[in-house]
Amino acid sequence: MSFDERGGAPVLRPSDTTEGRSPASRNGRRDPSTVERSGRGRRRLTGSTVLLGAVVPALLLTIWLVASEATQIPDYLLPSPAQVVGAGVELANQGLLGTYILISLQRVLTGFAIGAAIGLVLGAVVGLSDVGSKLLSPILGAIRAVPSLAWVPLLTIYLGIYEVPKITLIAIGAAFPVFTTVAGALRHVDPQLVEAGRAFGLGRLPLLTTVQLPAVVPAVVSGLRLALAQAWLFLVAAELIASSMGLGFLLVDSQNNGRTDRLFLAILLLGVLGKATDALVGVGERALLKRWS
Amino acid sequence: MTSNATAPTQTTSALPVSLNGVGRAFPGAPRELERLVLRDVELKIAPGEIVALLGPSGCGKSTLLRQISGLDRPTSGSLTIDGTRIAAADQRCAVAFQEPRLLPWRTVARNIELGLPRGTDRAAGRVRVGELLELVQLTHAADLKPRQISGGMAQRVSLARALARGPGVLLLDEPFGALDALTRLTMQDLLVDIHRAEPATIVLVTHDVDEALALADRIVLLGTRFDRPGATISRILEVPGTRPRDRASTVLARLRAQLLDALGVPSHHGR
Repeated sequence: MSFDERGGAPVLRPSDTTEGRSPASRNGRRDPSTVERSGRGRRRLTGSTVLLGAVVPALLLTIWLVASEATQIPDYLLPSPAQVVGAGVELANQGLLGTYILISLQRVLTGFAIGAAIGLVLGAVVGLSDVGSKLLSPILGAIRAVPSLAWVPLLTIYLGIYEVPKITLIAIGAAFPVFTTVAGALRHVDPQLVEAGRAFGLGRLPLLTTVQLPAVVPAVVSGLRLALAQAWLFLVAAELIASSMGLGFLLVDSQNNGRTDRLFLAILLLGVLGKATDALVGVGERALLKRWS
Repeated sequence: MTSNATAPTQTTSALPVSLNGVGRAFPGAPRELERLVLRDVELKIAPGEIVALLGPSGCGKSTLLRQISGLDRPTSGSLTIDGTRIAAADQRCAVAFQEPRLLPWRTVARNIELGLPRGTDRAAGRVRVGELLELVQLTHAADLKPRQISGGMAQRVSLARALARGPGVLLLDEPFGALDALTRLTMQDLLVDIHRAEPATIVLVTHDVDEALALADRIVLLGTRFDRPGATISRILEVPGTRPRDRASTVLARLRAQLLDALGVPSHHGR
């Protein structure tokens, strides 16, 4: 199985960084339209949606079950689902599972909140002011191009090995999707609406609050969703290096101890937690879009 | 319109407009080659008058309207409303654009609210919006969002928003151009009613000869001479008769033939 080859940190690095950047650059442009469509209610959560969405996971689980039980692949390469659940129970009994999940969640949410706020401010400056755009766009583009892991050594030296460097790294990761979508959206607010606002006597600030900001709400929301996904990616980057707790630490620790069952567990938890937080934002998104589009 | 129950709370006083040698050139890509769109436009519009600007598409009608609204500035000449120079986005004017340009996240009523003069008292604003909704027959749609209403309704909202401030000068840029023929006729009748209820000076850009004949006191033809760049007034026609006018009138038919002729379209009149 591929786990042996991919398990090592040196191999993980490049794959982590490409994944870390590509969603922002790809989806940053594509997402607003998707959001608009969902805003008109074409993407509804119905019973059949949930059922259909569960088909492929169920299929994968079955394949996993069969592959682990009916083949000769040794457990240290492919643990069975039961063994992975057992690993989870074992960690929970030691009181570690809850702690790891909570500390990771806390890091993601704190970093996300800080990063999103910074991204909003930078996006507003670059999107609304021509001078701001000329001044900041090149440097921000360059900073954004730096792979997440490249920050880690420097952050460790400057900020130590505790929470601050990790949250800083996650904030860096979360800031850019918000910055990119907000700046782009503000720059492309329908000029006809802006002119109409001007014709009806709106000055610079009222124009911003009456026309420009409401117009970019869908983009802001999709930017926040991307930022949250990015925050999870950067969390693992942060925790892979210097940590003693968290899901990223669980990955490194399990790799060092050859605990493939725990590796599976950590990966599954990251997937489930990422999807769950995204779904929560999605609920807020639907409410916002109903109001603002 | 003083003691009447439907009298507007916003008192309208129509204002005169004067265009003195107005010209507008747009800078070309190489700085030497300017593109002259308008030149030497000379026109006096009386308070309460309805003037239709008629001409082939691309002849600068909308550009001229933008000069009056103060959304654009002339490169030569000057414009005044009520004797004073037009300011940037002059608040004595109100514009209804070719597209409705409604804020999609606001209800119909809240969109009309946008047109109220800055600093309007909340309660007074609500009363005014209620009146306007009635005037454009959209009271039932007050709480709908723009995406839930038809194109004709959206244009009526746009019209109501422009009327909200009780403008001295109402500028209409092909406001019914994108509507189907029947809706357009209804909207023209509505505009006649509105003008009677709230008599502003109206400048209407249109490429529809019949629309101009139905609505305008005077029709101003814009055109370009073959030997000179830049459109200017080629002809001004007085339209006889009080509104609403008989669309089948023979006098208007004769005028229509003249106008089409001037626009370079064969009228096939009297054959």
